[in-house]
Amino acid sequence: MLLGPSGCGKTTLLKLVNRLYEPTRGRITVDGTDIHALPAPALRRRIGYVIQQSGLFPHMRISENIGIVPTLLKWDKARIATRVDELLDLVGLPPADYRRRYPAQLSGGEQQRVGLARALAADPSTLLMDEPFGAVDAITRTRLQDELRQIHTRFRQTVLFVTHDIEEAVRLADEIVVMREGRVVQFATPMRIVMEPVDSFVANLVGANDVLRRLSLVSVSEVLTPLAGPVGPVEPRLQRAARLRDALGALLESGADRVVVIDDDARPLGTVDLGVIQRAGTRSGAGWPAEPAVGFSGQQGSV
Amino acid sequence: MLGGRQSRRLGSPASRAAFEFGIGVSCLTLDYLSEHWPQVLQLTLDHLELASIAVGLALLTAVPLGILTSRFRTLTLPVLGLLGALYTVPSLAFLAFLIPSQGLGRRPAIVMLATYAQIFLVRNIVAGLRGVDAPTLEAARGVGMTDWQVFYQVRWPLALPVVLAGIRTAFVTTLSLATVSAWINAGGLGSLLFTGISRDNPPQILAGAIAIVALTLLAATALRLVERETAVARAARAARRG
Ligand SMILES: Nc1ncnc2c1ncn2[C@@H]1O[C@H](COP(=O)(O)OP(=O)(O)OP(=O)(O)O)[C@@H](O)[C@H]1O
Ligand SMILES: [Mg+2]
Repeated sequence: MLLGPSGCGKTTLLKLVNRLYEPTRGRITVDGTDIHALPAPALRRRIGYVIQQSGLFPHMRISENIGIVPTLLKWDKARIATRVDELLDLVGLPPADYRRRYPAQLSGGEQQRVGLARALAADPSTLLMDEPFGAVDAITRTRLQDELRQIHTRFRQTVLFVTHDIEEAVRLADEIVVMREGRVVQFATPMRIVMEPVDSFVANLVGANDVLRRLSLVSVSEVLTPLAGPVGPVEPRLQRAARLRDALGALLESGADRVVVIDDDARPLGTVDLGVIQRAGTRSGAGWPAEPAVGFSGQQGSV
Repeated sequence: MLGGRQSRRLGSPASRAAFEFGIGVSCLTLDYLSEHWPQVLQLTLDHLELASIAVGLALLTAVPLGILTSRFRTLTLPVLGLLGALYTVPSLAFLAFLIPSQGLGRRPAIVMLATYAQIFLVRNIVAGLRGVDAPTLEAARGVGMTDWQVFYQVRWPLALPVVLAGIRTAFVTTLSLATVSAWINAGGLGSLLFTGISRDNPPQILAGAIAIVALTLLAATALRLVERETAVARAARAARRG
């Protein structure tokens, strides 16, 4: 997940990976192989690319847009048609309705979904996504994020995802790269970024100085105390994706001492009490080992 | 005051004479057309053939020239400037200039017409190719198209409406300019005009003019129908339908 203010070089970094820009120095590897080992078009066919503002081809039908990489790879027609329908289903657009349309007949959010489908078409092991959900309203964005998360859980691609939106970064990222003026200022897990920003720039960007904001960025499953003993029936329950802010709300509302974190099958996983929330809230007291910020000095950026 | 109005209604002797002459010529023109229609039709087909050959050959040079010019910005001013300047050469002077090397007949006419058509063709090819949205082209490279694939799958189809509009303009202009080439025995509907003038036969002149206008309108309509079938036009229609 690439995070940073406008103009800091996020798009540039993505385009370096698929060689729309060539680096003046340094080496980039994808899946361990140098990106210059292949001709650029061949490399790009193996890297899914979702473009800021969808970038669909206006003169091609949705099916042709989604099928473009398989077509370039010379799959046979029947296989492409099957794959296109599969992908339309995957991104939640009924194939019978959407296949034959042109991009101009789709809303911005639908176009972004088609952009996502197009990037996924040839099963790339790497995906570059440049603010893929930037042009949609908050509700649609959340739905697209969920779809992406499901796709990612199923196929485990490496995703380089650009966003301005800290909430989005925290919701989707395994690791976040914070950039500023072409440099990487911090590279760490979402929680570390929020709890231990390396400097005031990162702190401001992620809103780390606002306690409630910080709590809303930490998921309960990351800080829970493993279960010791049985849980009472009246203790409030929270899904493991819930945030500490939700836990605080639940505690204040119920008057209980702790909330029980449950998994998808409602089995208790652990508990969160006020002490945990407090430690998370007081930034320095979190107690995780400090991690040095990784400089992006240009020798290597392994994707 | 009253007299003025009356005279306008009834017409002055001069305008009445002109009016009667007009009626007379119109009737005679119809007579001429009904009597000579096989010949007029043949001349119309010749005219169409001449213009088609000229524009077809013009495209052979205009397409590469346009593509080249669209890629290299420094070529724009010299190329379009030169072609624009050529277009301002009077057609009779142009033909006269060609006679020593090309002789009489269709050859010099085709050379002239193809030269005049360049400006419309090259200008629109350049504008069309340059007008394609840069992010769309980058997307094409981004999904893994080679330079050639970017060109024929994305840039060219997106430029095509503008290119075809250029072809239509060039064709219509060529049809009207082709009239002049009858002067050097290249045939076509211009010969009706020239013989009509030399024999002082207004119905024949008018018949030629009518045929040229009809042919031009028909050709323009046909080309517009072709333009409706581009991918861009189809996408635009689909978007309007919703
Ligand atoms: N083609 C280019 N030539 C020269 N400079 C460029 C070019 N494209 C972008 N830049 C500059 O490079 C810097 C980084 O641009 P980039 O597009 O990577 O920003 P970004 O982080 O993606 O911003 P945003 O969030 O607004 O999309 C900017 O200062 C921009 O002005
Ligand atoms: Mg950008």
